[in-house]
Amino acid sequence: MAWTDICAYEDLVENSGICALLNGRQVAVFLLELQGEPQIYAIGNYDPLGKANVLSRGIVGSVGEQIVVASPLYKQHFSLTTGQCLEQPDVVIPVYSVKLQQGRVWLNAGQQNQQASAA
Amino acid sequence: MQQTKQILVIGNGMVGHHFVDQLRAKDPLAQITVLCGEAQLAYDRVHLSGYFSGTSAEQLALTTEEAYQAANIQYRLNCWVEQINREQQLVVTSQGGQFYYDELVLATGSYAFVPPIPGNDQPHCLVYRTLQDLDAIAQSAAVSKVGVVIGGGLLGLEAANALKQLGLQTHVVEFAPQLMAVQLDQAGGQMLSQKISALSVQVHTGKATQAIVAGAECRYQLQFADGESLETDLVLFSAGIRPYDQLARSCGLAVGERGGIIVNDQCQTSDPHIYAIGECALWQQKIFGLVAPGYQMARVVVSQLTGGGLSFSGADMSTKLKLLGVEVGSIGDAHARTPGALSYVFTDPRAQVYKKMVVSKDGKRLLGAVLVGDTSNYDSLLQYALNDMPLPKQPEQLILPAAAGAPLAALTLPDSATICSCHNVAKGDIVAAMDSGCCDLAGIKSCTRASTGCGGCTALLKSVVDDELKSRGVEVKNHLCEHFAYSRQELLHLVQVGGIKTFAELLSRHGQGLGCDICKPTVASILASSWNDYVLKKPHVGLQDTNDTFLANMQKDGSYSVVPRIAGGEITAEKLLVIGQVALDFNLYTKITGGQRIDLFGARLEQLPAIWQRLVDAGFETGHAYGKSLRTVKSCVGSTWCRYGVQDSVGQAIAIENRYKGLRAPHKIKMAVSGCTRECAEAQSKDIGIIATENGWNLYVCGNGGMRPRHADLFATDLDTETLIRYIDRILMLYIRTADRLQRTSVWMEKLDGGLEYLRKVIIDDELGIAAELEKQMAALVHTYACEWKATLEDPQALKRFRQFVNSPDADENIVFVEERSQIRPATAEEKRQWQQQIPIKELLVTTLAEDN
Repeated sequence: MAWTDICAYEDLVENSGICALLNGRQVAVFLLELQGEPQIYAIGNYDPLGKANVLSRGIVGSVGEQIVVASPLYKQHFSLTTGQCLEQPDVVIPVYSVKLQQGRVWLNAGQQNQQASAA
Repeated sequence: MQQTKQILVIGNGMVGHHFVDQLRAKDPLAQITVLCGEAQLAYDRVHLSGYFSGTSAEQLALTTEEAYQAANIQYRLNCWVEQINREQQLVVTSQGGQFYYDELVLATGSYAFVPPIPGNDQPHCLVYRTLQDLDAIAQSAAVSKVGVVIGGGLLGLEAANALKQLGLQTHVVEFAPQLMAVQLDQAGGQMLSQKISALSVQVHTGKATQAIVAGAECRYQLQFADGESLETDLVLFSAGIRPYDQLARSCGLAVGERGGIIVNDQCQTSDPHIYAIGECALWQQKIFGLVAPGYQMARVVVSQLTGGGLSFSGADMSTKLKLLGVEVGSIGDAHARTPGALSYVFTDPRAQVYKKMVVSKDGKRLLGAVLVGDTSNYDSLLQYALNDMPLPKQPEQLILPAAAGAPLAALTLPDSATICSCHNVAKGDIVAAMDSGCCDLAGIKSCTRASTGCGGCTALLKSVVDDELKSRGVEVKNHLCEHFAYSRQELLHLVQVGGIKTFAELLSRHGQGLGCDICKPTVASILASSWNDYVLKKPHVGLQDTNDTFLANMQKDGSYSVVPRIAGGEITAEKLLVIGQVALDFNLYTKITGGQRIDLFGARLEQLPAIWQRLVDAGFETGHAYGKSLRTVKSCVGSTWCRYGVQDSVGQAIAIENRYKGLRAPHKIKMAVSGCTRECAEAQSKDIGIIATENGWNLYVCGNGGMRPRHADLFATDLDTETLIRYIDRILMLYIRTADRLQRTSVWMEKLDGGLEYLRKVIIDDELGIAAELEKQMAALVHTYACEWKATLEDPQALKRFRQFVNSPDADENIVFVEERSQIRPATAEEKRQWQQQIPIKELLVTTLAEDN
């Protein structure tokens, strides 16, 4: 699938999220610092439990070993790497591939986790 | 065939109910019928005065009709018994109902004694006994200014408290030369009088009321034997109780010379099939007017009816309570009547504390005690007295202030020691409950019922449980979350002591993992309370809940609401027009809030800066409706306009709101200022409530509305503005420094060891010597306040965050509004689905966007 240039690296906010439009779909993009290394994650922005496009505005952090974002609406946690909702095993949201090239952030419209495509 | 016996109970007061409850627990099959004279089933008479400070009849109720039905207990309300036919074992009610019994239990209680004073039967001459009485008192108080309680005993002072809470000028008239003559010695009674007088309840002792006649200034005038008189609008008799024994008399049961149904050690009357329990029963010439002995009698009869061998052997009449906010305790032989008894007395005239200890001739046993103004030693002393424990070599240590810090260790109590006398729970029962798996206070309370009666043993129970847990090596954890093994208070100390300015620094030095949605906002709040940095400064951005990040309140569809500050609820017409115009221009839904300001709903993320630019330009500041911080200071219109107002409540509210705006705290803080005692600003439901008096301001603290309502406690009276502000500074700073995450002031205070009294000691008496430091910290926060929206609008970096998409000017298509009552509201999922089927998304976007401009 094709890669899309989304924004400059500087547009990301450290330890927080922004939202991008990718082929009409809303994607939440997070920048975390792990052991001094910046790491970018991209998941769907739609919270299927709160039924609103808000996940980019959640607080990121960790639950055990999992890196997660907490929905600002009802505080459920979604894994940034698998899209799995920690509180509800049957809920999985899309995860997208990210790459950083020459100071630009690129997203791949093909979802990483196929099981979430129905969500 | 005991199970099929008909058990009939007359009376459903606290004791009657306890009997029913206990009998049903012991014998699931017994046929129980209850005849209740009042309109509702049993309620808590011990805490009756709470009815005037916000406790509802439902909260006072000890049971419900549903519960009785579920337990298969037959009951009749408003049911008065006319006659007992002992031969036929039949009871006849005034409505003509007939109830046969195998065993009859009289729990008819007592009635308030009204002294035979001419004029005692006038409309506003009342008694204080039942919920019905309370309603009558409230009705009378509404058209009265002055109230007098005749009787200065325990119940009389409770009644005086009720009148005071109803806003009346309150007097207590007592025939004896001192208050509470049964429980206190003369010196203790005098100290109590002094303390109560200081709380603006006037005490008149040694006064015999001879007549109640028409008054000149007030409705009535009391005429005393010494020729003096007192004007009042309302008279409340609380001159003792008399047992309800007419039924027993008329059916020929033995009664005492001065009333009371005579019972033996099994609580049987002179008819072996009739028992009497509680305040109607006379045992060895004694009536027991407390709930605990009544409960004991109830258990004795249950035991008799279920084949047990329990008998009644008298009861301890020791009591600890708070009257008009004054702590009073009385144990055993308070008057030192035991031959050879010795008394130790400690008086602190400055703090107005009086303590007396009565010991045996050899100084080895505690016989009694009187405590006024400070009952912190009560639990220890009571245990010495009840368990006949040998006193320390220097028994006076037990009441001297130095010993206050070292209460009797719960671990040293014998297993037989009674902890809760209402439900007769011994320390051994509590330990057994913990052995069987209960390991927290709530669990132990529900499984042993300890501390669920009068509640006087709460502190002792907690220390028994805590000590027991400690001795079992259980560590009580209070960790914030998996990333920090510290409580909020400990983290705050780490931040302040270590001069830590960022979350990353705190996490690397004291935590683990990446943090989460619990610790990040908590630490953000701690950092803000400690250093007052702009909350959207780069390192803090990712810590905030979305509401703090975008300085607005997220609603269910992801849109936001906007609340400009309207200090004290005062706003000019020009500013109202600005709000109205902004709402029109951005198509926002407007609603007046409970905090006397205006909420604007339906703002999209990307609209927030433009909306706020307009508001800031017009002189508005952020209202912090999104923050764990001061929300509003509600006010009534006060003396400036109101006929009744005695101070400028609006001016005070505005000053206070401006002082504390932006203050970050463990949870939101609400305040109010009322201009007079009519309390139109509802200050007593706020964290900080201020009510104007003729002489200044009364300060109420730690109230709450909402999900868990709590009436605020009167903290200090008649303060000048300077002292008022100083106290509020100290209280808020102490709260910020010591409360748990998301703990409102009400819960914080309840959890504070020593509660309100402790808070007074720290804030007013500065016992910890931290008052100056607290004020200094608050001053620093007040002086570094800046409006976050103004700062945000001036910061292009921060403004970049206020867009829906980093790579597109489009709006969120999932935010759709429809019209309802001439304003917008979010479309339901069903409405959105219908449109999406009819109209292509792009078109819908155009229309919704067009509405904005």
